[in-house]
Amino acid sequence: MTRDIAAARIMPSGADWSATAQRWRVPLLTVALAALPWIVPSQALAVNILIFGLYATGFNLLFGFAGMLSFGHAAFFGAGAYGAGIALARYGVGWFGAIAIGVAVAGVLALLIGALSIRSRGIYFSMVTLALAQLVYYVAFQATDWTGGENGLRGLTVSVIHIGPLALNFLDPVTKYYVILVFVVAALYAISRLLNAPFGAAMEAVRENESRAAAIGYDVKRIKLIAFTLSGLVCGLAGTLDALHLSIVPIDTLFYQTSGLAVMMVLLGGSGTFLGPFVGAAIFLLIEDVFSIWTPHWQLFVGIVFILAVLFLPRGVWGTLAAWHKRRSA
Amino acid sequence: MPMCAASISAKGGPAVADPLLEVRDLNAWYGPAHVLQGVSLAVGPGEIVALVGRNGAGKTTTVRSIMGLIPKRSGSVRFDCADLSARPTHERFGRGLGYVPEDRRIVPGLTVRENLVLGLLAARLGKAAEAQAIEAVAQRFPRLGERLGQEAITMSGGEQQMLAIARAMLSNPKMILLDEPSEGIMPALVDEMADLFLDLKRGGTSLLLIEQNVELALEISDRAYVLDQGRLVHDGSSADLLADPTIRDRYCAV
Repeated sequence: MTRDIAAARIMPSGADWSATAQRWRVPLLTVALAALPWIVPSQALAVNILIFGLYATGFNLLFGFAGMLSFGHAAFFGAGAYGAGIALARYGVGWFGAIAIGVAVAGVLALLIGALSIRSRGIYFSMVTLALAQLVYYVAFQATDWTGGENGLRGLTVSVIHIGPLALNFLDPVTKYYVILVFVVAALYAISRLLNAPFGAAMEAVRENESRAAAIGYDVKRIKLIAFTLSGLVCGLAGTLDALHLSIVPIDTLFYQTSGLAVMMVLLGGSGTFLGPFVGAAIFLLIEDVFSIWTPHWQLFVGIVFILAVLFLPRGVWGTLAAWHKRRSA
Repeated sequence: MPMCAASISAKGGPAVADPLLEVRDLNAWYGPAHVLQGVSLAVGPGEIVALVGRNGAGKTTTVRSIMGLIPKRSGSVRFDCADLSARPTHERFGRGLGYVPEDRRIVPGLTVRENLVLGLLAARLGKAAEAQAIEAVAQRFPRLGERLGQEAITMSGGEQQMLAIARAMLSNPKMILLDEPSEGIMPALVDEMADLFLDLKRGGTSLLLIEQNVELALEISDRAYVLDQGRLVHDGSSADLLADPTIRDRYCAV
């Protein structure tokens, strides 16, 4: 009899619906993001949701799927931004080359910081990532000739983007949004493939229990290092896009608050889910956008929403919705 | 059956001529607590060996040490003619030493199929061979075959245990360490499991079996070691132990 109940559980039409949504998650998210500039109050907010949604997604790869809480992801976001920015401003590299350089710089930095930090676990891992990221911050702060130091990096305005015979006006907010969207969607597609591949399952096995994962043949250190580096690459891409978007790299990009941003967005939206980081980024930035108009203390409201979410929606907004839908269709 | 060139077996070793697994003078500590004190044991090819004893006797610590999962340990582990004493856990698995731990055995967020693929990934098969191996599991374990797309956590404890054993079998290990496989499982499944173990033995796979259910363990095993307070206190044929209850009553009664 238990067999019948269990069999019934996998059959209902609701589950088919959610399996379909799961399979089409990248196209669905793409459609939602393509419509975003006409839904949210401003184009600038839409671009921010795009960039920070990708940043949070990169962070979630490590935190939500491999179970490693890094407090140092600002380093990779910032390395991407500074890498691309310095290539543009100091060496006159083209916009596409600058993005590639920014991502590469972030990837190398992630490999280094990852190799040093995965030796420790839990809170110690978090502290090592925080310390190393702050080290990167202070180096950038002091290296004024390269980074502009306290004033940030300037002079990297990209006004026209040439793609073959096409010349796109990157100063037009709508055009800019869709150019950035192309990169974000490409990254999301790659991440979705990765999570569906056996490597995604291996990361989850490591998150659930490291020694069990080792006992079924996984080199846990290697999986952690790969996850860390991939996560850094995605966050680096988000950083390069932010540099192109803002035409300046503020030193805050590397500050630990940027690391905290990723943690808050992912927890708000739902860690370990594919769409959660975008939902979290949208909620966070929307609150900032709405409340910062009439009070400089808008962070108070973000804080309240965050506390409420942690207390009452421990799986995050999207995570709770997904779990609720699954239960209802079960 | 490989004869090992440099076997360390010499003085009064375990009663196995050419062991697949040979453990010598295993010691393990949890902090200052010296929980395993010089355990030596051996398992021959195609042999089922039971490891029995009270709760806290050190059975789980023994197999975890054999897998290299206890950080503070000493002693030597030879398996299939190689000294694995200093090798990391995943390499021990790679040499054909499978392990089915107690308690939560599966990855809860993943489906049954994904859990099985996890067991295959380390073996690095192609897609076709992977599908074939999973098809074979579905044939051998119809309960799992029906539930390949289901989230593994929604199955009963026994089915989850079957999944864990199936996953360990997928990579064709030479030997599997089984920690309390029958714990909390309905009797019908326990019989099914015992048949499976005997099948594995016939296929040439060795088993080191930890069991609370001593009767079951002795019925299906060839030999047994009795562990008490971190030390081996008895070893001999399972038939003898089954026939003579004095040792069982002394060391295995709860």
